Amino acid sequence: MNFINIWNEYSDLLIENTGITLYMVIISTLLAYLIGIPIGICLVITSENGLRPNKFIYRLLDIFVNIIRSIPFLILLVLIMPITKLIVGQTWGPNATIVPLVFAAAPFIARMVESSLVEVDHGVIEAAQSMGATNWTIVWKVMVSEARSSLIIGATIALATILGYSAMAGAVGGQGLGDVAIQYGYYRFQNDLTIVIVIMLVLMVQVMQAFGMWISKKLDKRITK
Amino acid sequence: MSQPLIRVEKVSKIFKTKDNTVEALKDISLDIEKGDIFGIIGMSGAGKSTLVRCLNFLERPTKGDVFIDGKSLGKMTDRQLRAQRQDVAMIFQHFNLLMQSTVLDNVCFPMRINKVPGHNARKRAMELLKEVGLEDKAKAYPAQLSGGQQQRVAIARALANNPQILLCDEATSALDPKTTGEVLDLLKKINEKHGITIVIITHAMSVVQEICNKVAIIDRGVVAEVGNVLDVFNNPQSDAAMRLVLSSGSGEVPEMKGDHLVRIVFTENSSYEPVVANMVLKFQSPVNIMFANTRDIGGTAQGQMVLQLPDDEALRTQMIQYLKDRKLEVQELSSMKEFEEVNF
Repeated sequence: MNFINIWNEYSDLLIENTGITLYMVIISTLLAYLIGIPIGICLVITSENGLRPNKFIYRLLDIFVNIIRSIPFLILLVLIMPITKLIVGQTWGPNATIVPLVFAAAPFIARMVESSLVEVDHGVIEAAQSMGATNWTIVWKVMVSEARSSLIIGATIALATILGYSAMAGAVGGQGLGDVAIQYGYYRFQNDLTIVIVIMLVLMVQVMQAFGMWISKKLDKRITK
Repeated sequence: MSQPLIRVEKVSKIFKTKDNTVEALKDISLDIEKGDIFGIIGMSGAGKSTLVRCLNFLERPTKGDVFIDGKSLGKMTDRQLRAQRQDVAMIFQHFNLLMQSTVLDNVCFPMRINKVPGHNARKRAMELLKEVGLEDKAKAYPAQLSGGQQQRVAIARALANNPQILLCDEATSALDPKTTGEVLDLLKKINEKHGITIVIITHAMSVVQEICNKVAIIDRGVVAEVGNVLDVFNNPQSDAAMRLVLSSGSGEVPEMKGDHLVRIVFTENSSYEPVVANMVLKFQSPVNIMFANTRDIGGTAQGQMVLQLPDDEALRTQMIQYLKDRKLEVQELSSMKEFEEVNF
């Protein structure tokens, strides 16, 4: 079979770039969560029915998130190159790809976090308020804890999306599997190699998805077993 | 007399939405004494849930103030209010437990807020679970428990910080009658054993009759009537009270059409004599029994009956006098038709 030959021929390249892809995806996701969680929480608590309604802050964050989310990733990638250069020192390579990935993913993750947290039953929040809990306690010990399995499903979706974005970054010399698919598969007409990479990406998404769902279910105590 | 434990002073609450304003509470004043089991009853939409949330300032009154132990909630800072709330626990219709935490962690939660060390909190939580009869469920999750069990966990959680006051917002409305009885018994026990003042919000007269000593009837945002449960049952003064007394626990008032209706109330002593039968024999004129039931109020059997008396006014007056002579509470229901027109 042709794919086996391809694998034998390019295995070093493919393994190396799988590592690079995973590195970019995981680091970007972590950093994007670092930014996305506070924004998501702010959106929830400043919303009309939130713990501390604030129309101005809510609208500001809401518009900011929408603007970034409406820019196609490939455009954003090019658009923020000056910022990337400022942070990383260069505009190509895995580290330089992480910057636009975080930029694109953070608002997306903020929305995911927001939608998970608003699902938390208002009654439980009210109960915590009646016990004299601070808003800080309510956010971390009630909302995040109650929404944990939904947050994990969100993270699974975010990972798959960022994996998709990272492949696009290959188009501008970002390295990783997407880069290989374009450099070798597309420009050199090695369709077989492209197919192998697609299969690898599909497998990665499948594994992430299955793993995420498994943890989410495991942590969800609302369902009686 | 000393100051009441809870004083509600001229509280009004107005909700403003985009196109209208709703006055949920209108100038409500109430005193609740220490050790009371105080029922606040009203039909849905009467404002009772808003009222109970004003007692711990989950809802801030638009006007007026609430005093606990003489301290004004309205003048407290957010921090003081949070500290005060640990003294005023609350349970809810839908239990509102942390569904992702074990029963033990749920009971520990208010103590964590109060910065009680984990070891002590767990020890106290186990004692409380024992008190509500669920010590074997400590490691279970709320979803694995029945509604009655969940409410008992909520009660254990409410007691965690040794509150003076327990607010119950329709705490038995989601439970079946048998479980309701069990939860009410538990509340009564808590009131007696720990001396905790309990405020019960409900739409069911049966709940008030079973455990409350005082009751306030809320109707369209105002206090229609307040007093001892037995007095209000025997001699309701307001239309709202009469509706609740006649409703058979389900909130439905039996349909009664016709003139010359009177409501009579039997206490335990008067129920031995066949009063109505004797009256019919004496006056040789039939009466129509429109409605009757018996209830246990605070341990004594109370019966009530609605009779339709004859058209003859002289005869009617004599009959009413006859009933009054037998030490029965008698009320003429001239406004019975008004009740029927009110839709709730």
